[in-house]
Amino acid sequence: MLRLPRFKYLRPKTAREAAQMASDLGPRAMFVAGGTDLFPKLKRRQFEVDALIGLDFLPRTIHRGDDETIVDAGVTLASASSSAELRGDYPGYAEAAGLVSSPPLRNAGTIGGNLCVDTRCNYYDMTYEWRKAAGFCMKKDGDICLVAPSSSRCWAVSSSDTAPMAIALGALVTLAGPNGDRELPVAALYKDDGIDYMAKQPSEVVTSLQLHAAGATRTAYVKLRRRGSIDFPIAGAAVALRLDGPLVTSCRIVLSAVASHPLEAAEAGEFMIGRRVDEESAKAAAEIAAKPAKPLDNADLSHFWRKRMVRVVVEQALKRAGDR
Amino acid sequence: MTDNGRYAVIGKPLPKVDAASRVTGQAVYADDMLLPRTLHCRILRSPHPHARIVSIDTSAARRMPGVHAVITGADLPIKFGILPVTQDERALEHEKVRYVGDPIAAVAATDEEIAAAACDAIAVEYQVLEPVMSIDAALGRPKDERIQDYGGPNNIHKLVALEFGDVDGGFARADHVREDVFFFQGNTHLPMEQHSAVATYIDGKVTLWSSTQVVHYVHRALAKVLELPMNRIRVIGAAHGGGFGGKTDPFAHEIIVAKLAMITGRPVKCTLTREEVFYAHRGRHPVLMWVRTGVTSDGRITAMHFKSALDGGAYGSYGVASTFYTGALQTVTYDIPAYRFEGCRVFTNKPPCGPKRGHGTPQPRFAIELHLEKIARDLGIDPVEMKRANFVKPMTRTVNWMRVTSCGLEECTELVMKASGYRERERRSGRGMGFAISSYLSGAGTAIYWNDMPHSEVQIKVDRGGVTAYCGAMDIGQGSDSVLAAVVAEELGLQPKDIRLVTADTDTTPIDLGSYSSRVTFMAGNAALEAARKMRALLVEAVEASGRKYEEVSFEEASVLAEARFGTLTTAGSYTPPKIAGPYKGSGVGPSPAYSYSACVVDLDADPRTGLIHLNKVWIAHDVGRAINPLLVEGQVEGSVYMGLGEALMEEQTFRKGLHKWPSMLEYKSPTFLDMPDVETFIVETNDPEGPYGAKEAGQGPLLPVIPAVNAAVFDALGIWVDEVPVTPEKIVEALRRRDKGEPPRYGPQRFPEIPYPPTIKVDPPPRDLDRAAAASI
Ligand SMILES: Cc1cc2nc3c(=O)[nH]c(=O)nc-3n(C[C@H](O)[C@H](O)[C@H](O)COP(=O)(O)OP(=O)(O)OC[C@H]3O[C@@H](n4cnc5c(N)ncnc54)[C@H](O)[C@@H]3O)c2cc1C
Ligand code: SF4
Repeated sequence: MLRLPRFKYLRPKTAREAAQMASDLGPRAMFVAGGTDLFPKLKRRQFEVDALIGLDFLPRTIHRGDDETIVDAGVTLASASSSAELRGDYPGYAEAAGLVSSPPLRNAGTIGGNLCVDTRCNYYDMTYEWRKAAGFCMKKDGDICLVAPSSSRCWAVSSSDTAPMAIALGALVTLAGPNGDRELPVAALYKDDGIDYMAKQPSEVVTSLQLHAAGATRTAYVKLRRRGSIDFPIAGAAVALRLDGPLVTSCRIVLSAVASHPLEAAEAGEFMIGRRVDEESAKAAAEIAAKPAKPLDNADLSHFWRKRMVRVVVEQALKRAGDR
Repeated sequence: MTDNGRYAVIGKPLPKVDAASRVTGQAVYADDMLLPRTLHCRILRSPHPHARIVSIDTSAARRMPGVHAVITGADLPIKFGILPVTQDERALEHEKVRYVGDPIAAVAATDEEIAAAACDAIAVEYQVLEPVMSIDAALGRPKDERIQDYGGPNNIHKLVALEFGDVDGGFARADHVREDVFFFQGNTHLPMEQHSAVATYIDGKVTLWSSTQVVHYVHRALAKVLELPMNRIRVIGAAHGGGFGGKTDPFAHEIIVAKLAMITGRPVKCTLTREEVFYAHRGRHPVLMWVRTGVTSDGRITAMHFKSALDGGAYGSYGVASTFYTGALQTVTYDIPAYRFEGCRVFTNKPPCGPKRGHGTPQPRFAIELHLEKIARDLGIDPVEMKRANFVKPMTRTVNWMRVTSCGLEECTELVMKASGYRERERRSGRGMGFAISSYLSGAGTAIYWNDMPHSEVQIKVDRGGVTAYCGAMDIGQGSDSVLAAVVAEELGLQPKDIRLVTADTDTTPIDLGSYSSRVTFMAGNAALEAARKMRALLVEAVEASGRKYEEVSFEEASVLAEARFGTLTTAGSYTPPKIAGPYKGSGVGPSPAYSYSACVVDLDADPRTGLIHLNKVWIAHDVGRAINPLLVEGQVEGSVYMGLGEALMEEQTFRKGLHKWPSMLEYKSPTFLDMPDVETFIVETNDPEGPYGAKEAGQGPLLPVIPAVNAAVFDALGIWVDEVPVTPEKIVEALRRRDKGEPPRYGPQRFPEIPYPPTIKVDPPPRDLDRAAAASI
């Protein structure tokens, strides 16, 4: 069977200490929270590490305040999806967390880990032996892209289910670095690059997610995948909108799994402002939202079909948010 | 159903005899075994789909600390293969590789990581050859060289052409003739347990524990390749985590661990990675099919011409049999008075295909069920009624000499029609129901290598401690151990839990050919029945000699009386299938002592916008002859439905740039619990005249109708034909797009290639009273 490589396991007690360790050890050390993304990839030798820095010290509480709700990065996806606070205030977020993978993985996987989950590509998420036979690609061990050979960049797909919803909600993350903490909008955490997909320093630990008071915000997340469980998204739409009477006053639509970062469909969001959420507006907005989506042939099912399906998930998410 | 009351054990829904050990983790699978001083083996595999090996340098690997042995093809040069006619595999290749994953070298080391690192340190120089990745490419001239050096022309492996009855006359008589082309994509077994084998070499004898379905065939292959007499090799079936046909060949890793144990004198273990399981494969052949049928205006079949082209992958495996199977069983469900079959298997640079649940018959079943649906619609008659009018009748011979005994097609059809409400179904766009039937063998009538010996043997020993039954049959999870125990218990007036079982061990048990072709209940069941009845006769005689009746004394008392009277108490029984094959070459594939029958209705919703399918419910009725244990039968039927739905909707073994596209359980899609609809199972009992207590098979047949029923339901829902599987959402959307553009509302293959089939061998249909005459002469 596939075996984990040998590594040192370090157990810092605080985020600062963890960040310091990461900064000292450099790229051959990685954080591990639930390990649900990391361990399979280590078995497939997609990362080479000398040390793993355990994040099991991260608190696991959901703090509901008047102005904001703070979700500790150590909260598991299972607790996030079943939390009464999150389900009440941000149903779309709880929904996204509950649609990640399968029950055993949600019991171990954390919301911090879900924000940092590696980008995916079916030329890359393969064993060492397979990748060697295929010819290594630039994301690991090689220098070309096998999906788009003429491309100078990697197009691996952002596959987090919760990140698009966090962005649609305008959420912030707190990062702990070796020298202090800082806050960042979740949207600013990502870069449109399959390899260097995170904008934070590698030594920074995500310690919490802050969600603004929900107020009248209505949210919904619709995920498309082949099966009822286990599968990563092959298209997804997160919607957060507010209404004044029947009319939309604000609307953010963020797509999952159609680019190397969660892709905000800003034009489509703006289109909704001043309109009712109905069949017709949802269809028109979905049409606009789908335009920038550029799925490639590196995930399940054909990219032509996935591109068509972006419309469907956006339309459904808009209508569902409108109905909430 | 009427005489179940006669039995104390047969027909009772008892838990499996090994249920507790399975669910508590006590069962010992090959990978659980860790004998003292075990070495771990990893196998270096080809990264190229097609290449000549120029050189292999293992020196760096040999120097690595912890490495005990490195072997290459030069150490195991003798070829093997499951069929005597296709001995084309080597445990390790040193001349040429034929697919990505072909084994080249193996390492035994103190742990698996060292073995893997040593494999990575082996330097192989290749001369890369043009890969052949499709049926069309295989039919054409090879750019560099052929994949195998036998068969031909080009990369054709096998060609057959048979004709039964007057086909041209049948077509001339028809009022309507229709042709269709279908494609069934390949898929794999996906057993939960990865293949695993452990070998020791002690006192000059090899012992191999393996996750195999066929200890006997592994035994033979080991003897051949290791050049040891069979009496110096012992093969034991370890607890089994699922085969579905995928563990029915002798495999490279089994031979390799035995050889490494001989070299190192230490136990050697090899457990394949999930990726390697995809390379071991032997799964469903991708098959392109062409079928032409003539019917009268009221829908009676007058003639059928069926052509198949199988993409076999790189080696023979069971492929010759698979090829015949694509043509053999069409006649066993429908009365086809004249039938022509032309089959072709090609080699491609992919992992070899072989037998998967239904072996070679789900593909043609899919094709002819849909083809007949279309004909019925051409004629404007109800497809169910048209099929029904053509059903075979019990106690008949088909035009290609298959002997049909019990046949519950009518009962099965009626049950699923009634329960599903098919005839009164709600007609709304997007919702549909589909119906299909099928049949399958209860064991192949001929062994894999030609011989006249029994196919299954059982010994029973009774002593002071009770009863032990010995049989070579391998329980692969289907419950064959429970069936053996039930048969012996029934005859001796005990319960299954009272019977000790020794199975699947070539040293201690008499032969059984293995768990494939749905043969174990029928054949080992009959052998057990014979042995148990003989034992009962001894016990009864001894008890009656003491002036009492068998039913009046305890079993212990009876056994003491009998042992005192006769000495050691052993009996044996065996089963040899009747000689019923027709008088033509290739007639060995298809005949079975009995056929099971099934009928199925699938209810689904299909979304015209996305092409996504939601399964509402499946009704399935299965004629099992007699359910020795209805719980096990239901389990097999539901499992078959599950596997059939996976094949119909998502499973596909596809390739990209010469590589398996996704040899992983995450990316190779197989349904989860959440994708599984409700299944309502009906067991039909027709009491087969030759089956043990009337029993037939249950493990494979019920898969077959599920697949075409899905496609028929999609047509019912959306008015489009997807003439291939899997039915993915993309294909549905594309077929709808074509319809909207005014093109034929269909997604599927456009043409069937030109194939140089040989001149047809014409076979006269069997005489009408063949079996009555045969029965009279016994
Ligand atoms: C079969 C399978 C299916 C899956 N399906 C889905 C799916 O449908 N949707 C989906 O979104 N994900 C899916 N995943 C991925 C994964 O399970 C989830 O994303 C999960 O939330 C990851 O969290 P974790 O705590 O296990 O992260 P880990 O595996 O521990 O870490 C993931 C990455 O994040 C980094 N990291 C973790 N926590 C922090 C932190 N607090 N600060 C900084 N860096 C951190 C790690 O260094 C690592 O690079 C799937 C995984 C598998 C194996
Ligand atoms: S997108 Fe290209 S570079 Fe990136 S992982 Fe896939 S094949 Fe490699």
